[in-house]
Amino acid sequence: MNKAGKILYNGLVTENPTFRLVLGMCPTLAVTTAAINGLGMGISVLFVLTCSNYIVSLLRNFIPDNVRIPAYIVVIASFSTIVQMLLQAFVPSLYASLGIYLPLIVVNCIILGRAEAFASKHTPGEAFLDGIGMGLGFTVALVLVASVREILGQGTLFGIQVGLSQPALLMSMAPGGFITLGLVMALVNKLIVRGGDKA
Amino acid sequence: MSIGAILLSTILVNNFVLVKFLGICPFLGVSKKLDTAMGMGLAVTFVMGLASVVTWLIQHYVLDLLHVQYLQTLAFILVIAALVQFVEMVIKKTSPGLYTSLGVYLPLITTNCAVLGVAILNIQSGYNLLQTLFSGLGGGLGFMLGIVLFAGIREQLETAPIPQWLKGFPLALITAGLMSIAFLGFQGLIR
Repeated sequence: MNKAGKILYNGLVTENPTFRLVLGMCPTLAVTTAAINGLGMGISVLFVLTCSNYIVSLLRNFIPDNVRIPAYIVVIASFSTIVQMLLQAFVPSLYASLGIYLPLIVVNCIILGRAEAFASKHTPGEAFLDGIGMGLGFTVALVLVASVREILGQGTLFGIQVGLSQPALLMSMAPGGFITLGLVMALVNKLIVRGGDKA
Repeated sequence: MSIGAILLSTILVNNFVLVKFLGICPFLGVSKKLDTAMGMGLAVTFVMGLASVVTWLIQHYVLDLLHVQYLQTLAFILVIAALVQFVEMVIKKTSPGLYTSLGVYLPLITTNCAVLGVAILNIQSGYNLLQTLFSGLGGGLGFMLGIVLFAGIREQLETAPIPQWLKGFPLALITAGLMSIAFLGFQGLIR
């Protein structure tokens, strides 16, 4: 595999932010009541993560070491404000259903984590790819969890009726989020990791 | 809303971790031992109360006056980061005992979404300063209640025979789900 492919694969599978690094849990649990919300949140994070990774990497030689965290936060907060404004203007329904979790992208540990661990040490091109890979990994995880919850909780998928005529409302409520994520994570561990190195 | 209703709401009915999904990272990360969970809970309560008040002042006396409400996210997160740093320095200078028990958790709190979350929710709900203070404190106490109960359960789970693939986060999440069901019982206490 070439280098670009490796970086993408790393974000999607090897270090999947949700299932392997267990970062950014709040939006993962909160917005995954419907697949479309999961997709919207995933893409928003993908955008913020890719842009902030690129900018942080461009600035990596100019930002003094001891103020780097506030500097990263300013970059991230700017992009998450941009996403908020874009969604409010063009997709108001999604803006309403993501609610408070949209401004909270700024404290999503995946984004700060990648800025610190990856973007500040790599070239802009690599950081950009890492943002895409990690963002996609996060999006896939969110859509997966959200699909399970939407099918079980409302009997639909992306708003289309599938199976279950009497859905379990619990899955759409708070406990369903914890339980579904726990079970999906266990399944991913069992299928992909095969009980190996995971502690 | 009265102060009592706000406290009841933020601690039990709309518990930050178990119902609103705010502050999940420290909830999962710092809940392996009872005493560290207690320390984290105290630190979060303190910072949430303080941050609520400071961000309320910033919103009403800076952002609203200058008509730059769109800078809310940016301004709040910087204020919270600065505040946490400041609290850390003050505690380190004035009470080394408290610093050793709370200090390690403080840097982690900047990225605790419960702190930014409560600040934004206070503004959205249109609370006055006193309501804001209690909403912040209540949110913090709710977080503490959640994380301390959770840590107690997790300590017991350590010794239980669990299949390898469920160990760690998956089982912790399912446990939190069951606790969340219990907290659903408080719905309807307040309307």
